[in-house]
Amino acid sequence: MKFAKKFMALSLAAVMAGSCLTACGDSSKSDAKSGGDENTIVIGGSGPLTGSAAQYGVAVKNAAQLAVDEINEAGGVNGVKFKLVFEDDEADGGDKAVNAYNSLRDKGMQVMLGTVTTGSCLAVIDKTKSDNIFQITPSASAQDVIKNDNTFQVCFTDPNQGKASADYIADNGIAKKIAVIYDSSDAYSSGIYNTFKSEASEKGLDIVAEQSFTKDSKTDFSAQISAAKSADADLIFLPIYYQEASLILAQCKSADYSPKFFGCDGLDGILAVENFDKSLAEGVMLLTPFAADAEDEATQKFVKAYKAKYNDETPNQFAADAYDGVKIIAKLVEKESVKGDMSASDICDKLKKAITDGFSYDGLTGKGMTWSTDGAVSKNPKAVVIKDGNYSALDK
Amino acid sequence: MAFLDNLINGISLGSIYAVIALGYTLVYGIAKMLNFAHGDVIMVGGYVVFTAMITWELSPWIAVIMAIVACTLLGIVIEKVAYKPLRKASSLSVLITAIGVSYFLQNMALLIFKEKPKVFTSVINIPKISLFDGKVVIKGETTAAIIASIIIVVGLSLFVNHTQKGRAMLAVSEDKDAAQLMGINVNSTISLTFAIGSGLAAVAGVLLCSSYPTLSNTTGAMPGIKAFVAAVFGGIGSIPGAMIGGILIGVIEILGRAYISPQLADAIVFAVLILVLIIKPTGILGKKVNEKV
Repeated sequence: MKFAKKFMALSLAAVMAGSCLTACGDSSKSDAKSGGDENTIVIGGSGPLTGSAAQYGVAVKNAAQLAVDEINEAGGVNGVKFKLVFEDDEADGGDKAVNAYNSLRDKGMQVMLGTVTTGSCLAVIDKTKSDNIFQITPSASAQDVIKNDNTFQVCFTDPNQGKASADYIADNGIAKKIAVIYDSSDAYSSGIYNTFKSEASEKGLDIVAEQSFTKDSKTDFSAQISAAKSADADLIFLPIYYQEASLILAQCKSADYSPKFFGCDGLDGILAVENFDKSLAEGVMLLTPFAADAEDEATQKFVKAYKAKYNDETPNQFAADAYDGVKIIAKLVEKESVKGDMSASDICDKLKKAITDGFSYDGLTGKGMTWSTDGAVSKNPKAVVIKDGNYSALDK
Repeated sequence: MAFLDNLINGISLGSIYAVIALGYTLVYGIAKMLNFAHGDVIMVGGYVVFTAMITWELSPWIAVIMAIVACTLLGIVIEKVAYKPLRKASSLSVLITAIGVSYFLQNMALLIFKEKPKVFTSVINIPKISLFDGKVVIKGETTAAIIASIIIVVGLSLFVNHTQKGRAMLAVSEDKDAAQLMGINVNSTISLTFAIGSGLAAVAGVLLCSSYPTLSNTTGAMPGIKAFVAAVFGGIGSIPGAMIGGILIGVIEILGRAYISPQLADAIVFAVLILVLIIKPTGILGKKVNEKV
């Protein structure tokens, strides 16, 4: 008991010390709004560079840097060049995301590209709103992310993905009895699951097992797989991230259970996991707006440049989203003749009006992308299937 | 049938917890300290096997032996550097140091092996057993984990109770000063305890990563905490208790996840722990020891 008390006191002290630090962070936030160099606009990026979702953050950072370099090498837009500063938020939905945001402000961020994951994004949207910063997230796909008028998405929103997945499965007669395994502690996963469920019942799909897990218990899926197996599901829908998905694929195999698998953009990246047995992912279907082996010129050029710059790694969808994000910012800056010495708030007022005002962009992740005032992008999700260890198009 | 499947999955998870809990309980029983870095030694063991098997392409058995040797050495080093200078300090200081060692190991792994999680290749090559037309499958990893935990429990009990070194450990756990007066080298006995505990952590790491084939710098953290609960549950300091506690915690966790709620599975595990501690504060097989003043 004595030990417990001491431990309690210790943890309380740690919590207090922690909260003091965050408070300091808030008050010491320097007023970087008053812009800097006339010819440089600072884009701030925030995403997980370490931890289990690091693959997304690193891809976004790399591709954003690539886009910035390309723009600067071509002389910038109207003579204005860009500078990318990037902070690690570890995909955390709390203090780490806010701290990353605060350091970006300290570094003079004028436009925000981020955050990469939904949880972190929800933690900072009210800050970008009150600071009035133009925010465009490459990949945070929950609907709540764009509830403020200064936030826009490059990726499509979760409801769109859940609905499209159910439609795709039903319209193509892929399966009738479906099991779902989702992360109930994650807004992205639950968001897709909810719209999938309602659309599935409308389309007459039978959801025979609804299984969830939480971020504290995401290595053992035996109970969930056992439930899906005993319910005789012929397809497992996985609206989750690739790391957990790779474990589910492996554990299904060792349980002698081989249903079809269908996922969303969170599965993108599964093939790049080191030492992953790609045969496990054979036949897995997923919705993603970007396939690195697509043959159009823009994709080919991007993939080639990305590979050349980053150790021959194949860019994933997150990289493409981020590349588009930077290019969209550049286009808007060009359209509104924004200069580097404008305050972040003035830039925000100009850009958020410009993006919804007849603006259209042809990017890697969609042609004729347009934005409504609610911040959602309009473009169509596409499905791919993993074949011989690569994505190949699975068009309707 | 689904129940049987879940029960087997629970025992499989539980026997891994049991091997981890044995390390906890051994160190606590003899050195009287909670080695919170134990879970991270498991992670180190996993990375050693991964490096040996995937990067250097050695055979699985050599990789496992290398991991056991590396973790044993690591255990001795941790004890010498971090805990020995604090032998006379309060138990709270040692506990905080252990948490520090835990973070140190996690962050070193992050620096060396980078942030991307690795996919582990199972080193266990036991065929799976398929029952009832494949409705229930016992994985090779499950068989291996159960056999390993039984061997370790029997081996440790024999070692502690029937060898000279083992009895020296018991004497140290009873009373360090008196043991020293009897000619026992307390420091080397405690080092030996850490060496064995960390060697067990390597075995646990191999079993854990083979069953759940992913490896990151926090792989050992949550299983470490659960196994600590298992050790307390079974009666901390008791070797058979750790085994029973581990298996019970694994079964409760899986059945709770399957039949009550996946979100509540961890809460149920800890609620059971609280109940046990209220009814029997020393755990299932724990002995009541009167506090010496």
